[in-house]
Amino acid sequence: MTSIPLDYETLRLIWWALLGILLIGFAIMGGMDLGIGALLPFVARTDEERRILLNLIGPTWEGNQVWLVLGGGAIFAAWPPLYAASFSGFYIAMIAILLALILRPVGFKFRGKVSNATWRSSWDWALFVGGFVPAVVFGVAVGNLFVGAPFDLDQTLRASYAGNFFGLLNPFGLLCGLVSLGMLVTHGSAIIAARTESVIAGRARTYGRIAALATFTLFLAGGVVSLFMLDGYSVTSLQDVAGPSNPLGKSVAIIQGAWRANYALYPWMAIAPVLGLGGLAGAYLSLTQDAHVRAILSSSLAIFGIIATAGLTLFPFLMPSSLNPAASLTVWDASSSQLTLFIMLIATLIFLPGILVYTLWVFRVMRGTVTTAALERNPNAY
Amino acid sequence: MIDPVVVELSRLQFAATAMYHFIFVPLTLGLSFLMAIMESVYVMTGRPIWRQMTLFWGTLFGINFAMGVATGIVMEFQFGMNWSYYSHYVGDVFGAPLAIEGLMAFFLEATFVGLFFFGWDRLSRVGHLAVTWLVAIGANFSALWILIANGWMQNPVGAQFNPDTMRMEVIDFVAVIFNPVAQAKFVHTISAGYVAGSVFVLAISALFLLQGRHVELARRSMVVAASFGLASAISVVVLGDESGYVATEQQKMKIAAMEAMYETEKAPAALTLFAIPGADGRPAYQVQLPFVLGLITTRSLDRDLPGITELTQRAAGRIQNGIIAYAALDAIKANPGDAAARATFERTSPDLGYALLLKRYRDDVQNATGEQIALAALDTVPDVWPLFWSFRIMVGIGLFYIAFFALWFWKASRLTLTSNRALLWVAVVTLPLPWIAIEVGWIVAEYGRQPWVVEGVLPTFYAASGLHFWDLVISLSFFMLLYSVLLAIMVWLMVRIVKAGPHSKSVLDVDDDAYFPDRPLAIHLEPAQ
Repeated sequence: MTSIPLDYETLRLIWWALLGILLIGFAIMGGMDLGIGALLPFVARTDEERRILLNLIGPTWEGNQVWLVLGGGAIFAAWPPLYAASFSGFYIAMIAILLALILRPVGFKFRGKVSNATWRSSWDWALFVGGFVPAVVFGVAVGNLFVGAPFDLDQTLRASYAGNFFGLLNPFGLLCGLVSLGMLVTHGSAIIAARTESVIAGRARTYGRIAALATFTLFLAGGVVSLFMLDGYSVTSLQDVAGPSNPLGKSVAIIQGAWRANYALYPWMAIAPVLGLGGLAGAYLSLTQDAHVRAILSSSLAIFGIIATAGLTLFPFLMPSSLNPAASLTVWDASSSQLTLFIMLIATLIFLPGILVYTLWVFRVMRGTVTTAALERNPNAY
Repeated sequence: MIDPVVVELSRLQFAATAMYHFIFVPLTLGLSFLMAIMESVYVMTGRPIWRQMTLFWGTLFGINFAMGVATGIVMEFQFGMNWSYYSHYVGDVFGAPLAIEGLMAFFLEATFVGLFFFGWDRLSRVGHLAVTWLVAIGANFSALWILIANGWMQNPVGAQFNPDTMRMEVIDFVAVIFNPVAQAKFVHTISAGYVAGSVFVLAISALFLLQGRHVELARRSMVVAASFGLASAISVVVLGDESGYVATEQQKMKIAAMEAMYETEKAPAALTLFAIPGADGRPAYQVQLPFVLGLITTRSLDRDLPGITELTQRAAGRIQNGIIAYAALDAIKANPGDAAARATFERTSPDLGYALLLKRYRDDVQNATGEQIALAALDTVPDVWPLFWSFRIMVGIGLFYIAFFALWFWKASRLTLTSNRALLWVAVVTLPLPWIAIEVGWIVAEYGRQPWVVEGVLPTFYAASGLHFWDLVISLSFFMLLYSVLLAIMVWLMVRIVKAGPHSKSVLDVDDDAYFPDRPLAIHLEPAQ
């Protein structure tokens, strides 16, 4: 075995953090497009208004969606058991997300090619579905990680699944779905308010403030429910943090209030929910005061805080099993090999900074408000 | 064990979604380079016609690209959704190229494709040209990493089974990247995409010439497509030959099945041009070219090519060896400290996958009967006749395109593109051929790999998720419905755009300098008036 300059425990922690960063990256970048998609028929009512919104995100949404593709690829490469158990376990939910996401590229591209009103309004609703459904279902899936998913692993580590799609729609899962939708709608509203004019921006501010308030309340409620009412999971045996990735070698107990344990152990973790709540409050205030850049920064901070809260609360769990808690996937037993984690870290260090630089450059080239006049100049406009 | 109906439906869904995705990918690969070439000529000469060409083909590219993105995200997620045991079993190896594809290639392509469409009036000419090239390069790097992943499924190098984690793990990532199968497949596949792109441009341009519309745009497009297409068609066939040579080393059974070669061919092996299957499924009548197959596959005249019968016997031996590995693995699971079992496993683990073939017949494979081993060995034979004919269709079309592009290249260099209307019609009506070749090529590569999902390592039926029948019915019917509707809309839109022609947008007529406000052009080869 060649020597790897980073130990297995550190690599696993880094990849757990990178998983969070990639998901936060998707929620901030791709999430703005999902949020704007969910707002499309409401914030923009005429064809001209809708074209402005579509051309606002048109030049950049494809790059933004790669955060999701990369997130999926990184889970596959760094956390194969998680990729295997979650994507197959949440099968129908994943199908719903995929069917909705399929509508987006074609919706953007096909809508403007024909000027018929029915054609265009059909694609507007398709784009609404393409934003709304993933925004909710991703949240529902994360919520179900707190409840635990009904899967088991046999001796060959083959996952079997005892639940169905409707099992995901439990009250806590739905609550998290609404938090997810709310935070992305807040974020999308902040972007619209900053980059459009007059009536559209005005409506976006209204929707954004309502969404920020609602998300604040729902996130707070989710915190109370998960910390004080839900049955949480706790590893009760000593886990070898550098051991082979085999989830079957531990014991896990289901304890009411176990999701509080990390905050008792590491009080600094409380900063994540505080950032989430603070970001939402900041977005509300900034939208009220027409401070658009501050609103975008606040909604991004809210997304960061909310997703970080979920990750930190669950730690070290990635995907607890309600069917056989001992088969739960954790940071210490569901990663890929030390060598693969290291290779993937090097690849990430090489390419991610470049991605950030050229993405920023593209946003800078496309900066400014989107107006009808600007649309007329470009034959490729949506 | 997994419901066999679920396995078959999962295979059908993967094949359908992959083949559908692969309608759009080749055109993206080919058109992006053709557009980059056209825009390069525009920037170097400053002639607006070349920008007009870039914009026109770009509009068609955009519609195709949207379909590629829509269907591509399904591919990324389906491994986990429908092939969860595969994802667990080989994710340590297979996941990395997919993730690197996102990091290195897809981010580049998808970030800049927006600027390609929206950046015309915000970038300098050279700046926009750079963006177009980055889209083309991103698309091609993307293909590289996907084929590194796929190449590993054909020839699983650089990895070994870890009994403690019950999966394949990387031991040599450099071997995974420089897998000879992956490298040959990469150039073969992107070249096929370039041929598809060139045929697309050539066919639509030929239609314009026949109709006497947009003649200037069509002639220039044909010159670019004919040159690029000729080089690409030669590359497809040469690298296809390289793939065949590499496969002879790694996937002997696939070669034997493609050739319907039941009995071992003594050196130098003959190539079967055509064959008619008899009642027993074996060739009853065939036309052969002596020596040729031996030359193609072994590049020698003195090596035998093993036939299906012999390879089946070899597989039976590997199954017996695999049973020893499987038993040793069981012993390790029972007692992880069992050094003797670990030593046995180390020695026999390359054949573990062959023991898993027995899982179709019994769960306790250690106790397999001789009859079951014989059945499992027969399972290693792919369906011969679909492969035999798919391969011949693919090669036939590939050779046709060398002649086709050579002819058009010759006509383009003699400035006689419009001299023969019949030939122009041939260019129009043969438009679907590259896609037929590409789809049957996929069948040769992937259906020919059966029963394995990873050659010699993991049988396909053993890799599927334990989903329910209705899960698959729901997903498969939704995919088929949505995909069919979208394909119909896409073709309809493309036909509309071709009918409207490149002048459909008024902005194309604007004065060139007004279109690039206050951005002086560094390279301006037009003589000053």
